[in-house]
This record gives sequence, structure tokens and C-alpha cells, in this order.
Amino acid sequence: MTLLTVENLKVHYPTRTGLVEAVRGVSFTLGRERLGIVGESGSGKSQTGRAIMGLTPPSALITADRLDYAGIDLLRASARQRRSLRGGRIAMVLQDPKYSLDPVMTIGKQIVETLRTHARVPGDEARRRALEMLEAVQIRDPERVYDLYPHEVSGGMGQRVMIAMMLIAGPEMLIADEPTSALDVTVQLEVLSILDRLVRDRGMGLIFISHDLRLVSSFCDRVLVMYAGRVVEEIAAGDLAHAKHPYTRGLIDCVPKLGEDRHPLPVLDRKPEWAQ
Amino acid sequence: MAVIDATEGSGRRRARFLKPLSGVLRFAVVILTTYLGLLAVTFFIGRVVPVDPVLAVLGDRAPASAIARVRAEMGLDLPLWQQFLLYLKQVLSGNLGNSVLTSRPVLEDVMRVFPATLELATFGTIVGTAIGIPLGVLAAVKRGSITDQVVRLIGLAGYSIPIFWLALLGLVLFYAKLHWVAFPGRIDVTYEYTFTPITGMLLFDALIQREWDVAWDVFRHIVLPGCLLGYFSLAYISRMTRSFMLNELGQEYIVAARAKGLSEQRIIWFHALRNAAVPLVTVVALSYAGLLEGSVLTETVFSWPGLGLYITNSLQNADMNAVLGGTIVIGSVFIALNLFSDFLYRTLDPRTRVK
Repeated sequence: MTLLTVENLKVHYPTRTGLVEAVRGVSFTLGRERLGIVGESGSGKSQTGRAIMGLTPPSALITADRLDYAGIDLLRASARQRRSLRGGRIAMVLQDPKYSLDPVMTIGKQIVETLRTHARVPGDEARRRALEMLEAVQIRDPERVYDLYPHEVSGGMGQRVMIAMMLIAGPEMLIADEPTSALDVTVQLEVLSILDRLVRDRGMGLIFISHDLRLVSSFCDRVLVMYAGRVVEEIAAGDLAHAKHPYTRGLIDCVPKLGEDRHPLPVLDRKPEWAQ
Repeated sequence: MAVIDATEGSGRRRARFLKPLSGVLRFAVVILTTYLGLLAVTFFIGRVVPVDPVLAVLGDRAPASAIARVRAEMGLDLPLWQQFLLYLKQVLSGNLGNSVLTSRPVLEDVMRVFPATLELATFGTIVGTAIGIPLGVLAAVKRGSITDQVVRLIGLAGYSIPIFWLALLGLVLFYAKLHWVAFPGRIDVTYEYTFTPITGMLLFDALIQREWDVAWDVFRHIVLPGCLLGYFSLAYISRMTRSFMLNELGQEYIVAARAKGLSEQRIIWFHALRNAAVPLVTVVALSYAGLLEGSVLTETVFSWPGLGLYITNSLQNADMNAVLGGTIVIGSVFIALNLFSDFLYRTLDPRTRVK
């Protein structure tokens, strides 16, 4: 079943020097599966995610032939309708928990806030469900963490809190925008496995935005490779070794291998015609 | 190694034991040193200014023997450090000396005029905060719009228009033409002798004594100078609120709050403003302290018998005891407000709390 249909999505920003084209015609569909979007900085992968969420700044011009979530035309939906979708049916996990949690509010209250925005839940039940959610992201002592402030937890724990906060209202789709890039390598895999299990158990659709090709290929079913605001290749994660596009091949070649002594290191090729 | 560990351990244990005590102690030391500094400064100002306290008391036609006697009585023949200790002892026992001008103890005078200033400053700060913060928030949210420009213009005008000019203009319009407000002073002469104040803050006193007609009269007196001071502090508070809010609204947790599906109103007034409130506390406290110094110009125009007017009068008459006494009161107010805003800071921002 298709959750999200994106056809020819464009995100433009008018500036003094002209129109900046951040996303230039991206198309894909997403079912209850895990789709990875990879690309360099500035390739438009985050902008694609934010356009779907409706979180681009007011100056952004968003056009698409179709931008459709479970039968709802996102481009025509009212602000109120989009707001109830956000957090309620489409969730998003941001990059760095250090900056994306409100510093003056306890963790528990922030989780409860999401739930009570989208469902009529009495206070004590909301608390109970928030504690359950903290347990679901494998926080050992939920009662204690519930009353902590964001600066009192580590990065890995912060990101688990973030996941709990975004998933508590039971969304069907999750956009994870570089969810582990700000974390230590040692906790990256832990957070990823928690995310993976929740998405799998709840049968959610996932868009996993990352610059880490290796991570995406091991974690997702399908991979979109973006370059300069366009999708240059769509490929099953298992077939990555047989990627055809020279840009994708270049990305794969840049991944260092253990025990290999390469001189000189390959440099990523960027040809203007790929952006056409 | 073991020895070092042991001493470290015991040191840590002692530190933990001392922790609640050391908090109070640090607090006390901070207050005491600040206060001592304040007293030292006022003392040395008092000795440096070219006003001879003996001449101020006796006049310049007194015989030399009387001058010498009074000089000795006042302790002015002692070495400077002994004079300072004497001064400390006097101030700590609540003796700020007598005012030459009113021939009453300075402390008594200050206690009489300070409530007037306190009432006016509080009125002004409430007006400035209640209007300034929402205006600043609005300007930040609608950045670059007409609303933003208007708010910034209001702020700029409050900064640059001389307050006495606005005050006179206000009097011409609201007192002389429209008769909406009362003038001069704090209370009408008909009530001045029938009404007994408790705290000296007349509006408050009248309200708790349920003297509604007095309260209304006092309100008519305070509303114009109070709103003028309010406008003055609004200019500052709205500008700072705008810039703090712009900073908060650009943070990543605001994007996260939107991703949670929260309404714009909740994001602005609950999340962003609560974070912006942390530095705002200091801004409001500073502007309040500024008004508490006694706004000389406003008090002069409105014949408001407050601290600013008192100190200015004393200064013009070389009444050093009164000036220095007033300075100590202002300094104390600053210290108290600083401590209070530190305390508020800690309750508002969990990151500054010591666990």
C-alpha cells in the first residue's frame, strides 16, 4: 500500500541574486518500507524531507505535480490539517538532540506534549504512555529520565528521547533526517537498531536521510541517490554493488576499506551534465 | 597512589558535607563584599568632594574655635582609615547622619521619599513589561512586516525623545485640556491630611484600606508619570524581547516543536518565550533598578516627592549626608534586585541550577 506519492517535487528559494533551486524535480513513492536518501551536503535531501513535512521556511516555493499522503493532497491541505498530520501521522526525527529538545522543559513533559496535541488523553494516562514509550526506546530507568532536563542526558539517550517524543502519537510514517550523524559511533548502531525495531514492529514507512551510504544500504530496502537537487539513481539496497550511475559508483569508491592502502584516495567526480 | 586517593576522598567528602553551607556562605560573602565596596565608594566620594561638612553645619562666619570643636566632634581630625571604620559603624547601626537641609535623620527622610519612587517605578515597570514583552514577541514573529517596523519605531522613539518633553506634552493634553489626570504631586490636598498611609505606597495603602475614592485620586496622579516611565522601559524591553525571540525562533527545537504538530501560538508563547524569558529577567530587573534610582526628570516635572528629587535637592544644597545616604539606598536596591534576578534565573533555566 502506498503511503506517500511524490511526483516532480521542486523547492525553490527566491533570493536577491535569483532563484535558488534546492530540489529540482524529485519523484518517488513510499509504502510501508524503508527508503534511504543519500547525497552530499546541499544535494537537497533534507529539503525534500522538510517539504514533505511542511517545515520549510515561509519564503520557500514548493511545487509538485503530485504530493500526496494517504489520499491527502499536501499542497492543498489547510495549515490546520497539515499540523494534525505532523507528529500525528508523519513524524520526523532531527539530527542533533542537543539542539532539538526544548532546554527548559523536562523530557517527560515534552513527550506528553506530542501525545496530548494529537489525542485526548487524561494526564495520568499520558504519563503512563510516555513512560512506556521511554521503555520502548530502551531507557532503563524511565521514571528518573522522565523528570530530567535535556542537558542532563547524553547524546545517545537524547536521541532515544527524541524518537520516543516523535513516535508516541503513533504515526504511520517517519522521516529521519540524519538521526545518528551527531552521535558517537559507538551509540549510532544502538540508536539505529532501536529505530529499526520500532519502525518494523509498527509497520511504519521510513525515509532515512543520510550522507552515510554504508549505513543506508545496510538499513534500508531501497536507496535514492541525490545529486544537485535531483535523483540520479534509485536502486535496491542489496544491488548497490551493481550501481550504474557514475556518481553512485564514485560515492561507493570513496568509502575506505580496512586493511587497504590506497594512494591516492579517489576524489568524487562531479559532472555538470548529471545535474541536467 | 593510595595516600593521594585517600586524601582526595576525604576532601570530596568534606566538600559534600559543606555544600549546603557553602552555598549560604558564598551568598553571604558576595553580599558583604559588594556592600563593603559600596560603602567604601560612598565614603571616599564624601571625603573627596570639595564640601566641608563643618562649614555646611556652622556656616562660614563661625569662630575658629567652634570650627575646631565641631571638626573633632565629627571625627574629622582622625586618620582616614579610622574615619572609615567610624563611618562603617554608624551606617551599620542605621545612622546615616542628619540632613542639613531638613535637619532630620537622613534615614528617616529616605524612608519617607523612597516609597514614592518605589511605587512609581513599580507602576512603570508593570506597564513596560506587560506591553513591551508582547510587542517584542509580535515584532519578532512578524519580522520585517509593518508591525515589526511600527514596534521598532515606538521603541526608537521611547529611546530618543527626552522624557521631560513628553511629560510636559502629556500634561498639556491630559491634564490641561482633557482633565483626565490629576496634578501635581501624588495625592490631592483634600486627602493629604485625612488619609494615613501604612507603607507609603499610596495606591497600595488606599486599596488595602478600601478607601476607593482615595485610591482613584492617587491613581489619577500616578497614571501619567507611571505610563511615561512605562513607555521608557517598554522601549528597552520590547527591543530586547524582539532580539531574544528572534534568536530562540531560529533554534532547532522550534523546528522540532513544529514537527510535533504544535500550534504556532503554543510554539511562540510557550516554548520560545519561556526560553527568551531567561535573559529577559535580567533586562527587566535592570530597567526596574534604573527607575528605582529615582527618575529625576519625571519626578521634577510632576513634583513627585521621590528619591530622585530628594537627592537632586540635597546635591544642589551641598547636603552630603543626604546624598550619600540616598546613594547607599540606591546601591542596596541594586544589590537586592541583582540577587533576586539571579534567583529567578535559576528557577527559569534548569541549566544554571546546581545539583
